[in-house]
Amino acid sequence: MVKKEKVIQVKNLVKKFGDFVANDHLTFDVYKGEIFGFLGANGAGKTTAIRILCGLSIPTSGDISVAGFDAYTQTENIKKNIGYMSQKFSLYEDLTITENIKFYAGIYGLSDKEIKQKSDKLIQKFNLSDKKNKLIKSLPLGWKQKLAFSIAIIHNPKIVFLDEPTGGVDPITRRQFWDLIYEAADAGITVFVTTHYMDEAEYCNRLSIMVDGKIEALDTPENLIKQYKVDNMDQVFLKLARKTNA
Amino acid sequence: MKRFIGFLKKEFYHIFRDRRTLIILFGMPVAQVLLFGFVITNEIKNVKIAILDHSKDEITKQITNKILASEYFILDKNLSSDNEIESIFKAGNVKEILIFENNFAKKLEKYGKANIQIITDATDPNTANLIVSYTSAIILNYSNRLNVQSNVPMQIQTKTRMFYNPELKSVFMFVPGIMAMILMLISAIMTSISITREKEMGTMEILLVSPLKPAQIIIGKVMPYVILSFINAVTIIVLGMYVFGMPVQGSIPLLLAENVLFILLALSLGILISTTTDNQQAAMMKSMFGLLLPTILLSGFIYPIENMPIALQIVANLMPPRWFIIIIKDIMLKGTSFAFVWKETLILVAFTLFFLIISIKKFQIRLE
Amino acid sequence: MISVQNIKKSYGDTLAVSNINFSVEQAELFGLIGPDGAGKTTIFRILTSLILPDEGKAILNGYDVVKDYKKIRQIIGYMPGRFSLYQDLSVEENLNFFATVFGTTIEENYDLIKDIYKQIEPFKKRRAGKLSGGMKQKLALSCALIHKPEILVLDEPTTGVDAVSRKEFWDMLQRLKEKGITILVSTPYMDEASLCDRVALIQNGQIMQIDTPDNIVKSFKHELIAVKTENMHKLLHDLRNFSDTHSAFLFGQNIHYTSINSKINNEELKHYLQKNNHKNIEINKIQANIEDCFMELMT
Repeated sequence: MVKKEKVIQVKNLVKKFGDFVANDHLTFDVYKGEIFGFLGANGAGKTTAIRILCGLSIPTSGDISVAGFDAYTQTENIKKNIGYMSQKFSLYEDLTITENIKFYAGIYGLSDKEIKQKSDKLIQKFNLSDKKNKLIKSLPLGWKQKLAFSIAIIHNPKIVFLDEPTGGVDPITRRQFWDLIYEAADAGITVFVTTHYMDEAEYCNRLSIMVDGKIEALDTPENLIKQYKVDNMDQVFLKLARKTNA
Repeated sequence: MKRFIGFLKKEFYHIFRDRRTLIILFGMPVAQVLLFGFVITNEIKNVKIAILDHSKDEITKQITNKILASEYFILDKNLSSDNEIESIFKAGNVKEILIFENNFAKKLEKYGKANIQIITDATDPNTANLIVSYTSAIILNYSNRLNVQSNVPMQIQTKTRMFYNPELKSVFMFVPGIMAMILMLISAIMTSISITREKEMGTMEILLVSPLKPAQIIIGKVMPYVILSFINAVTIIVLGMYVFGMPVQGSIPLLLAENVLFILLALSLGILISTTTDNQQAAMMKSMFGLLLPTILLSGFIYPIENMPIALQIVANLMPPRWFIIIIKDIMLKGTSFAFVWKETLILVAFTLFFLIISIKKFQIRLE
Repeated sequence: MISVQNIKKSYGDTLAVSNINFSVEQAELFGLIGPDGAGKTTIFRILTSLILPDEGKAILNGYDVVKDYKKIRQIIGYMPGRFSLYQDLSVEENLNFFATVFGTTIEENYDLIKDIYKQIEPFKKRRAGKLSGGMKQKLALSCALIHKPEILVLDEPTTGVDAVSRKEFWDMLQRLKEKGITILVSTPYMDEASLCDRVALIQNGQIMQIDTPDNIVKSFKHELIAVKTENMHKLLHDLRNFSDTHSAFLFGQNIHYTSINSKINNEELKHYLQKNNHKNIEINKIQANIEDCFMELMT
């Protein structure tokens, strides 16, 4: 991990909905090629923050730059330089694998030649050549998620946002998914990920834990475990999030 | 019973909390009726007519005066012979010609029957239709009053001829048509959506697993819409009376009872749709294409059934709104009693039972 | 008492579950552990009489799920996979509704739901759709319990819920169990297996193993070590290329490693890793957990 280039810079990010403060002065940086875990209980404000970082929502105040672009004025540029995938929204179930690839690659303006090249590569990588004309819905969940991730980074974005990408996936496929994440990070793509699996949190280079709209902790998993004098991330999380009511 | 009341209460919460639907529910009928009403009163002001009076007696004068006294018609010309009819229509100003037959008053007195011929320029069929219905209404009104005064029943027969489009026959179709359309829309679409919503939300799973019986679920879902649709039916009738000047000649309880019957029919259709559908969108589409369009196109609401090809006429006979419209027209306009509409009523009852039985049969106690 | 015998179910051409056999004692907390699509929901829907099995038989407290479905529906409390309460009704209205549907009242069974409902009672006027994930789940559980069911069937109650709420939820289940309620619960989270009395590990429509969590862990037949170096990604790669490797899986900060040999030769492994430029190599013998066992059964 090279700790020099900051791809996400967030200083005093505040987002209010009426009187409700969803994000309360968040400050953090994410470096190029880093796997950054973004944890927090349900309703802690994770989704709000991710939407802002993806250029889908304008912050109330604070200095935010994503992939070198301003989160107030350059949201269109931000969108061109990121990839996004979540458990709920991934691929079109009623399109085939190749159709999905072509569609997403097309959205990001890849040339026909590039699309062909990338989709061949992808299909080869996943050994899907006999299935490439099958509808997505015929694939097992784990495969869908792996494929969705690969498609989310098909345009080689600077950052990819993953919102609970592995929910409900079996343990082996979950680990294969993380192999893909590491591979992307090695290729220089910054990975910004949320998860409810605490063992996955430990795969991240650094973690932030949000509680009630604030970042309560931000460090490497090892340091957090040491700092809170516990054995694993699960306990760190419980210790921090316990303070609030469900 | 307590279970059922609890269920009903919940349904009403759903309805009253969904403001947008509520506005559509109550706003739509009013808007539709007013829209039609507005269009009609606008078009049918100061229509130029010509009169060919072969008898020139007291009664024909009275009728003429009554027609001209309404704000709808202006006399353009008094004609003296049948030969002028063609040319005056060709000139284009006059939209309607009234022809009183010879010895009008005498015939009326002697046989209790006399004829007025109404000829309209039907190049614009809707306007022609409206003009005829207005004229007929005025004449009908007059003849009714005449009947009150004398003890011999007298009948003035209007014979309508549509020039250039002679088959057009529908009279006062709008209110019954809108009524059929709106009751269909609200009853069928709303129930089918409200049942499929429970499927979509996953709450149906819990209801099925509960001791509630399928019949309780269905009736509980349907009941609120019976009430809402009934309110709508009354609203339409009231608006129709005041905006359209639509007469209600027949018995009002009978009219309302027929409305309830039609509401039940539409609701059973809604349930049927929902038993074959898993999501709200599909339910909406099925109701739209399966019910709304046929109601508009094949019920005789807009297009006269007599003009359709035989095959379509047969299909039209399978459209429940068709019979409902006949019933409503008869009760409202002709003032007929149940003795004359029992056949159509029976058809509606048969439809309702048919749909209800299928849907109860199809309503699953399980998820598959 | 629940007894499930040889249940099989397919949807069209796809076989959803087959050869499902298990039994659950009264007041036992029994877990169905497996990923999405393993067949957990299908099994639960058969047990709650929502779908019919193609083959096999299931008896709940003496009632057959096919023949006596009306009885079954009175004795079970069911919480489906997704949040299925009325979002436009308030907390209190939801609970009231389910109470009347089952012919009871909140007051009548208040002591059963008290512990859970107390936590959401301050928000009882709030619409269910506006509750946080943890609160929704508590409300759903309260609704499933309101008629004092003998058997509680919970389909993935903790999916998508954060770690804190999950912990609280399992504590609640423990207390309900103490009140004599039989609980069947499914979850994709392997770590929750240890909170059940007994679990069935399920994958691709088949039950792979049924036992207490302790026994499952004990039955892990390999020696297991946790390996850690400075470059974990490379370590995983190198371990997979090592000729002695049986399995190597990331587990948090470590890689869990088993060898094809019955005994792991730590020195040899260390040597291999050093040769591949790994620094700060840590190797510790560890006890397998449910996830290790699950993955072992999958391979």
